[in-house]
Amino acid sequence: MSESVIEIKHLKKTFGENIVLKDIDFSISKGETVSVIGSSGSGKSTMLRCVNLLETPTGGEILFHGKNIQTELDISEYRAKVGMVFQSFNLFDNLNVLGNCMIGQTSVLGRDKKTAEAKAMEYLDKVGMTPYINAKPRQLSGGQKQRVAIARALAMDPEVILFDEPTSALDPEMVGEVLTVMKRLSESGMTMIVVTHEMAFARDVSDRVIFMNDGYICEQGTPEDVFGAPKREETKSFLSRFLNQ
Amino acid sequence: MSLFSDIAVVWSKYGTQILSGIGNTVLISIIGTLIGLVIGLFNGVIRTMPTAKNPLARGAMKIVNWIINAYVEVFRGTPMMVQAMIIYWGYAYMNGGDSLPLIPAGIAIVSINTGAYITEIVRGGIISIDRGQFEGAMSIGMTHFSTMIHIIIPQVMRNILPSVSNEFVVNIKDTSVLNVIGVTELYFYAASAAKNSYKIFASYLIACAIYFCLTFTVTRILRFIEKKIEGKANYTVFGSQSDSTAEIHLNKEETANV
Ligand SMILES: Nc1ncnc2c1ncn2[C@@H]1O[C@H](COP(=O)(O)OP(=O)(O)OP(=O)(O)O)[C@@H](O)[C@H]1O
Ligand SMILES: [Mg+2]
Repeated sequence: MSESVIEIKHLKKTFGENIVLKDIDFSISKGETVSVIGSSGSGKSTMLRCVNLLETPTGGEILFHGKNIQTELDISEYRAKVGMVFQSFNLFDNLNVLGNCMIGQTSVLGRDKKTAEAKAMEYLDKVGMTPYINAKPRQLSGGQKQRVAIARALAMDPEVILFDEPTSALDPEMVGEVLTVMKRLSESGMTMIVVTHEMAFARDVSDRVIFMNDGYICEQGTPEDVFGAPKREETKSFLSRFLNQ
Repeated sequence: MSLFSDIAVVWSKYGTQILSGIGNTVLISIIGTLIGLVIGLFNGVIRTMPTAKNPLARGAMKIVNWIINAYVEVFRGTPMMVQAMIIYWGYAYMNGGDSLPLIPAGIAIVSINTGAYITEIVRGGIISIDRGQFEGAMSIGMTHFSTMIHIIIPQVMRNILPSVSNEFVVNIKDTSVLNVIGVTELYFYAASAAKNSYKIFASYLIACAIYFCLTFTVTRILRFIEKKIEGKANYTVFGSQSDSTAEIHLNKEETANV
């Protein structure tokens, strides 16, 4: 494998008495797409939010190109390089589609308006949202919102994008359009960590699958291994529960 | 009826003087509300700052928050008339009898008082914006300050506009208390007309009518502005990128409350 972009070492996170992440250890290489699966409450979102420092880790460390993100990097610069796509889109309601994709570029990266607009248009085109640049988020469907959110993240030219169940809040008929965009992104070489309940996506698109259980990484491997020949009982029971529901 | 003739007498003799008070009433309430809004927004931004990691900065933030809370409590919990007396005479007391110029003093009092109310209004406005937008901004590296300026405040402004308009209308009425320090606003002149003409009822009836006209007009104007700011419910879909004249106009029904 090539060099790791993000390395998570002995990550722990507790909320009061509740120990959510007990000891998480993994790294992701450039260009890799890693899917994180696991039952509800197993700490997948918490892990992802720690990587973006939306939650402060209780213990352990997270390295970005070998540098500790909490002590050695400027949080704003770091976040600009590690985009995040949320289940609930989290678009800016006061800005239109184009504005949503420009504001980070102008206010964080210091790009001028023209450059930012060109960049925004480039990625909005990639997600098929150019016709809607004047729309406000409240005027869009869920699938459209999520595609804009992906374009917003991409417009920052990030090295990694984190996805937290990007299709879980969508009506079934809109899931496809978002997954298609993500698949293309993965194929284009973007480094991605995707928390998902879309097993087909995890199996077909990702290079590696991580199964989280009870605050630990229970099992990881290629999609073929994890889905085809799971080693751990927890993985088997999760998968069978999941595939039978 | 003698009341009508009383009113006619007062009006003919003191009408222009009373009307001249409108200028100061409106001036003090507009500027006072605007400065109060700035104070409120500033406090709102400070209060919602994420807790700093550095213990020194965290301590400083605690103190600042305490000061803001104390300010809000004190100025909401005491009558503006008393605040006016204390600020005006307190200043004179501490400066060997030199007093503040009246109009700026009036504006300062109204601003500080309104600021306390608007601080709370802004707090409510910020809380009402879902956490997700803050996280969306953080996730692309935006700072608290720039998130506030570009994302949160514009939405807060829209949400709180009705409450701020209300503060403005309240201020038009409440500037009347500034007569206790001698600010020559509407009430001041009405009172002096009453004193000089001995037609007390008629004088205050005139003042009352003028106050009502003012607040009524201002309320309508503000409603109109609020409507304008609500914004367009439509957007234009560009049918073709290469040919931006090929537009498809959509008329989406507005469903959201915004
Ligand atoms: N801010 C918080 N404060 C307290 N507890 C929290 C907080 N966020 C998450 N938790 C707890 O942490 C645990 C793991 O939550 P998390 O959201 O990471 O799970 P998840 O694996 O993403 O689940 P899901 O598939 O339902 O999204 C849960 O028990 C949850 O109640
Ligand atoms: Mg989750």
